[in-house]
Amino acid sequence: MILSVRDLRVAFRTNDGLVRAIDGVSFDLEESEILGVVGESGSGKTVSLLAVMGLITDPNATIEGSIRYKGRELVGLPARELRRLRGNEIAMIFQDPMTALTPVYTIGWQIAEQIRAHRSISKSKAMERVEELLAEVNFPNPHEAMSRYPHQLSGGMRQRAVIAMALSCNPALLVADEPTTALDVTVQAGILDLVRKLRATHKSAVVFITHDMGVVSELADRVMVMYAGRVVERGSRAELFSDPRHPYTRALLGSIPPLTGEKPRRLPAIPGSPPSLLRLPQGCAFGPRCPVHYEPCEAGKPDLGSGTHAAACFRVAQA
Amino acid sequence: MIYAILRRFGQMLFVMFGISVIVFLIFFATPGADPAARIAGRNASPEVLEAVRHSFGFDRPLYVQYVTMMEKIFVTGDLTSFVNRGWRVVPAVMDSIPVTLSLVFGAAILWVVVSIIIGIAAAATRGSWLDKLLMALGLLGISMPVYWLGEVMNLITQSRYHDSWAFSWVPPLGYKNFSDDPKGWFLTLVIPWITLSILYIGIYGRVLRAAIIESLQEDYIRTARAKGLSETRILLRHALRTSLIAFVTLFGLDFGALVGGSALLTEVVFGLHGIGKLTYDALQNLDLPMIMATVMYASMFVVIANAVVDFVYILLDPRLRTS
Repeated sequence: MILSVRDLRVAFRTNDGLVRAIDGVSFDLEESEILGVVGESGSGKTVSLLAVMGLITDPNATIEGSIRYKGRELVGLPARELRRLRGNEIAMIFQDPMTALTPVYTIGWQIAEQIRAHRSISKSKAMERVEELLAEVNFPNPHEAMSRYPHQLSGGMRQRAVIAMALSCNPALLVADEPTTALDVTVQAGILDLVRKLRATHKSAVVFITHDMGVVSELADRVMVMYAGRVVERGSRAELFSDPRHPYTRALLGSIPPLTGEKPRRLPAIPGSPPSLLRLPQGCAFGPRCPVHYEPCEAGKPDLGSGTHAAACFRVAQA
Repeated sequence: MIYAILRRFGQMLFVMFGISVIVFLIFFATPGADPAARIAGRNASPEVLEAVRHSFGFDRPLYVQYVTMMEKIFVTGDLTSFVNRGWRVVPAVMDSIPVTLSLVFGAAILWVVVSIIIGIAAAATRGSWLDKLLMALGLLGISMPVYWLGEVMNLITQSRYHDSWAFSWVPPLGYKNFSDDPKGWFLTLVIPWITLSILYIGIYGRVLRAAIIESLQEDYIRTARAKGLSETRILLRHALRTSLIAFVTLFGLDFGALVGGSALLTEVVFGLHGIGKLTYDALQNLDLPMIMATVMYASMFVVIANAVVDFVYILLDPRLRTS
């Protein structure tokens, strides 16, 4: 077990009241496993992983619960200790490669900076390592690429550079926050291949955040579906795709156009929009949009329960 | 990169040529005014008027007049002030240049260093009492008129407290040549430097703080945190570095203007005979050759300062190198 999150709660104080961005999230991650985290914008998928990275710097945020990395509690760990893990054992890839790199330094410099923050090696040794890394993420001309500035590279190439940077210290855990969302579809496929290949070579565990069920079906070993700050369903990829239990998961899967057979004239959409975290509905947060909504849903929030494949829904519990 | 610099240099020459033509036309081709009468000054005798007319070529076409004027300023350097009875203009300008440059360079070093420290300290502790104090002091510095501040400085260091231990080192007003007396040069300029820089420390400190705080919201700062860098390194290497671009823009404009004569008030208050004072006196006497020369000189410095800023930009921001 490399990462174990228990009952994580993140709330932000705002002028309009308390925003519970994460409301009791628990999950585990085994070594070299890929966990797909799926959900709409605002479902809390990014915030929960920023909490794992210790990157929630907002002074109005409160973080409760437990995040154990290799058995070590990260919540409440001093900033210094956390910094030693960050970028070294736990690395992160961000959504938009266009803005994720500092514009005024070469990518070689930026990758070497991370290596030298965690390893005491000479500049030239670090640069050699950078060249290896860039070759590993399929830069056609790694030596030349080192002296390139971010603006001189395409989006896909920048994302490769960001991935090379994340891998520079051989992290045991890699958090990827929608790394393909801002990229073209063809470039996306290349990046997904890369993540798969790197999992094999570096043995890193990967948490892959996305809102794209297609990406999850290609990449993830296990999947976690989030809605309004809570996990609504979790299971292995096979379980989730062949037997989706939560109505929200079903609706998400229903909105992917089928590859074979007759195409529907209109894709089914989920009615309504995600609730504001300031005014969550009574009981189940998905209730107002749920096609199988019934009385008990108003009464309380359904629990996820235990088991490898579980859904937080009263209908499922009843069945 | 070399090409970009050369091209910028070419543009600079072109702009200076344009300025010289416009200034020349304003003074010498304004309809209804006789430039010879202006140059000769009030109550000039007909002989003097004739001499002026001949020497500046006013009886010949306009372009010849322009070339004659430029020749007098840049080549022969024998442009003569008639208002001040034969005073050579170019040497007068040359004598005031070191005074203004000493004043402005020293003040610029002071304000750049201090405002960077203030900007970083305020941005790093934003929201704290230190931040609020520094920003309030900055606003105070911006609000104090330089002539008033200069007079107060003089009052304190030259008369009221001159005999106290704190200010007994302050020499009397005036300028000492660096080559003659380096220590005297430094000591006479310390108070003017502080006076001139206070306004700019206020402005630059506030601007830099705002720019750093804006940079700290950028995605690449989050990346830098995710890399496990220390907060100090993130602030100095990532946030400050990208914030300096706004800072340099402002610096180029202010520095050019000050060297070009905007330090006038400081020069007058501290009895420094620099370019600002020279221009001011020339305008009061309507000393046309002198005005022509000082305006040319001032525009030259503004243009050079802007070109230097563009070079610094190219160094600071790699995105500008390729275009």
